[in-house]
Amino acid sequence: MLAGAQASVLAALTARLYQLQILESERYVVLADENRMNLRLLAPVRGQILDRFGVVLADSQQNYHLVIVPEQVGDIAAALDRLAALVEIGESDRRRLQRDIRRKHAFVPVLVRANLSWDEMARVEVAMPELPGILIEPGITRHYPFGEAASHVIGYVAAVSEQELSGDPLLELPDFRIGKAGIEKAQDSELRGTAGTSQVEVNAFGRGVREIARVPGKPGHDVVTSLDMSMQECVTRRCSVEQSVASVLLDAATGELLALVSIPSFDPVPFSAGLTPAMWQELSNDPRQPLSNKAIAGVYPPGSTFKPVVAAAALTAGVLTAETQIICPGYLSLGDATFHCWRHGGHGTLRLRDAIKKSCDVFFYETARRVGIDRLSAMARRFGFGEVLGLDIPGERPGLIPSREWKLATSGAAWSQGETLIAGIGQGSVLATPLQLATMLARLVTGRAVSPRLVRTAGLMSPGGDPVPPEFRSLGFGPYTLALVLDGMNAVVNEPGGTAYGARITERGMAMGGKSGTSQVRHINDYERGRGGRHARQIAWKERDHALFVAFAPVGAPRYVCATVVEHGGVSGGGGSAVAAPICRDVLLEAQRRDPARQAPNGYAVAPSTMRGG
Amino acid sequence: MATLGHGLARRQPALPEKLRILSWSLVFLILLAAACGIAVLYSAADGSMQPWAAAQSLRFAIALALMIGTALVGVRYWYRLAYWAYGVALALVVAVDLRGFVGMGARRWIDLGIIQLQPSELMNVAVVLALARWFHSRSGEDVKRVRFLIPPALMVLLPAAVVLKQPDLGTALMLLLTGVALFFTAGVRLRVFVSMALAAAAAIPTGWHFLRGYQKNRIYTFLDPESDPLGAGYHILQSKIALGSGGLFGKGFLHGTQSHLSFLPEKQTDFVFTTLAEEFGFVGGLLLLSLYALIIGYAFAIALTCGNQFGRLLGLGIVTNFSLYVFINIAMVTGLIPVVGVPLPLISYGGTAMLAVMFGFGLLLNVGVHRNVRLNRRGESQPD
Repeated sequence: MLAGAQASVLAALTARLYQLQILESERYVVLADENRMNLRLLAPVRGQILDRFGVVLADSQQNYHLVIVPEQVGDIAAALDRLAALVEIGESDRRRLQRDIRRKHAFVPVLVRANLSWDEMARVEVAMPELPGILIEPGITRHYPFGEAASHVIGYVAAVSEQELSGDPLLELPDFRIGKAGIEKAQDSELRGTAGTSQVEVNAFGRGVREIARVPGKPGHDVVTSLDMSMQECVTRRCSVEQSVASVLLDAATGELLALVSIPSFDPVPFSAGLTPAMWQELSNDPRQPLSNKAIAGVYPPGSTFKPVVAAAALTAGVLTAETQIICPGYLSLGDATFHCWRHGGHGTLRLRDAIKKSCDVFFYETARRVGIDRLSAMARRFGFGEVLGLDIPGERPGLIPSREWKLATSGAAWSQGETLIAGIGQGSVLATPLQLATMLARLVTGRAVSPRLVRTAGLMSPGGDPVPPEFRSLGFGPYTLALVLDGMNAVVNEPGGTAYGARITERGMAMGGKSGTSQVRHINDYERGRGGRHARQIAWKERDHALFVAFAPVGAPRYVCATVVEHGGVSGGGGSAVAAPICRDVLLEAQRRDPARQAPNGYAVAPSTMRGG
Repeated sequence: MATLGHGLARRQPALPEKLRILSWSLVFLILLAAACGIAVLYSAADGSMQPWAAAQSLRFAIALALMIGTALVGVRYWYRLAYWAYGVALALVVAVDLRGFVGMGARRWIDLGIIQLQPSELMNVAVVLALARWFHSRSGEDVKRVRFLIPPALMVLLPAAVVLKQPDLGTALMLLLTGVALFFTAGVRLRVFVSMALAAAAAIPTGWHFLRGYQKNRIYTFLDPESDPLGAGYHILQSKIALGSGGLFGKGFLHGTQSHLSFLPEKQTDFVFTTLAEEFGFVGGLLLLSLYALIIGYAFAIALTCGNQFGRLLGLGIVTNFSLYVFINIAMVTGLIPVVGVPLPLISYGGTAMLAVMFGFGLLLNVGVHRNVRLNRRGESQPD
């Protein structure tokens, strides 16, 4: 009976083995492979960002971390003491280390120090034979050789956020970084590359035993920008004398931005590791807004820099010719309201050329009245105001060009003619970005619908290569319209009595034309006017006027345009011609000196490259 | 006194004759099984004699000598020593309970200085010895009396209770089942077993109360192993994966992934069968089962052909205990019953288990050698 029982148990066990090993084997083979196979993603190397001459603006740099493998080190405290003689290890490093060692498997390398210097690495390498379990591991960090100089354009990379998870498994890698601003963000898919995979056999504790297969990833593509980094640096340096400035340098022929500067700037590197709360507080509480790219996202009343648009609208509408005379007694009355010229005593009788040169407000009140808001806002849009220009980095703001429909929709009230007059001097509701001002001027000097861009796209990828200039469509101005306006702007700078005569360029063949602007941040009341206007130094910085200047050069054959806005008049609190015009002058002078067409074949500049001002 | 009429067979055989009668076939089968075990331990250590295979070989060599020695000693000595052996084993088990140290979550081990002993393993053999002596040359009338059955029942229940408290559910179960089997072969009537079974069933709620948390968990997870794949169900699941992925012919010697990558727990002790069957597949598993079947068959034949009651009971007790170990271990690793922590005899890594099993086989071989010897109640060889 016992034997029978045992025989049946044996049979049962055999049947069970048959069931597991023959009938259900396939299922368990899969499970066993799932157990031991671990697919690891290999992050591709992020592409470089280059300037037009191939200068590296952002690249991925190998750096070296010091790590410790606890299981290979007998006495961790002793090993750390020996290491501390070679590299600096702080008390907080030690505490973090002890914690990490407790939490992780003994074979997982634990970080001792990130970013070893070359000296430290050399010292550790030499001592390596006596330091079992101490390793130097390569890592990748994003490196920006020019630091803050172009961080608004280039942007930065940082850890992937929850919302950005798109299904690309790369994004789930703990150390992966994604473009968060500027070109890093706009061209992220281009720069990112595709993931490689490594199939690793692991044991139950997750330790890799051997690599079974490896599919290398594709590194990201390089992105070539239109920036001329040396120019960008020059502009940055020139602008840094002021607290809060935006300056745009544009090649009017191609629409390519040579420099796009917003001061103050920020260091893009800490974003990659994650900003500390203190750093974030400091950046976001700064009234000068270092994180905002004021060149494309700062909106300002254009003030008198808007007058060329009004002039072009009037000439096109036929309500004005070059010979039309308008009398400026210092004010203009419309119904009950009185509109003042900036010059208390008035300019007397003026034609268009002198009105631009002297920036007469009454002349443009009258001109705007004749043109009417409908034709004026249509012309402003033709010049690129009132909507985003479609620049190839994110963050652009549209500004505002008021119209009857806009007024009705926002306030419910009908448009009043007084508002047309105010719009005629670029004040009131009119708002524009420095990029729009530069684009306006580029369109004015070419007569074409120039649109600005920063990225040289496929086909134009090779750095240094001359891209084929895009064919911008004509804006359809009459033959003399733009010439008249530009002639007025020439007079602004180059004739005595012009508002920016003090900022003219005297170098032969490099003279610039331009238009100054001073835009009110606060309404001026009659009391202040009665006391002879305000004195800038008496008012808080935040309430002072902005200083603006737009300029082109050379006057004979305009190629470069520059728009500069100094927030609240800058250090001296002066107007556009006093504060912003010298910046435009220096930028345009430098741009012309650096023009490849003026370079001797061996690469030396014909004229010494010096910056004035500062 | 022996007379010529009763022939030589009834005397204590002389040593050369003992060596001749000794069942060398069984010794060979045991050697084969132990060799399999050492090979698996070699593989479990990633193709190395350290840390298990070498130690196991040495222990086996010592245990083999012990087995042969045990087999050749006169059966009457074992008969006389039976209660003493039981007493010593019980004392050790109790000592472990009082002073032993905890290994792998349970108090099972006693440190004798040179070796660490797990006395509960020895208790199996001791119980069989004591019960065989108790039931030796008792009439059917005796066995029917309940009062006669109380001492042997206590002999089983006492150590079982202590072992259960250690806690070692597997060994306690083994003691009980072996005891039941011995009672049965001794002629205790079926009626008694039924009432005992009923009593046991009634005791389940109380017994459940005494089970440790992890023992309860093991039973829970046995009922639904995949409910907790990373917790207690992990062992069974990983073992089934290892067995199933082995397939018909296995992954090859030294190529088991589940065992080598440590997914399989206890690959050298309780789950050693899985380690073997992953590498040698269904065929390998079946061959090992057949080897066990052969050993059990031989052992049964030896026990049943023994002329005296003591030898018969001793032999049957030992072979039953052995086969229980084999069956419960394999049923456990294949997921048929809960994980109770029972080693696979002759294969699993472990000193005391090896010693106990080989001592058991020594007694069994002894029974075979002395199958024609008659013993009286005092343990003297008798002519009739």
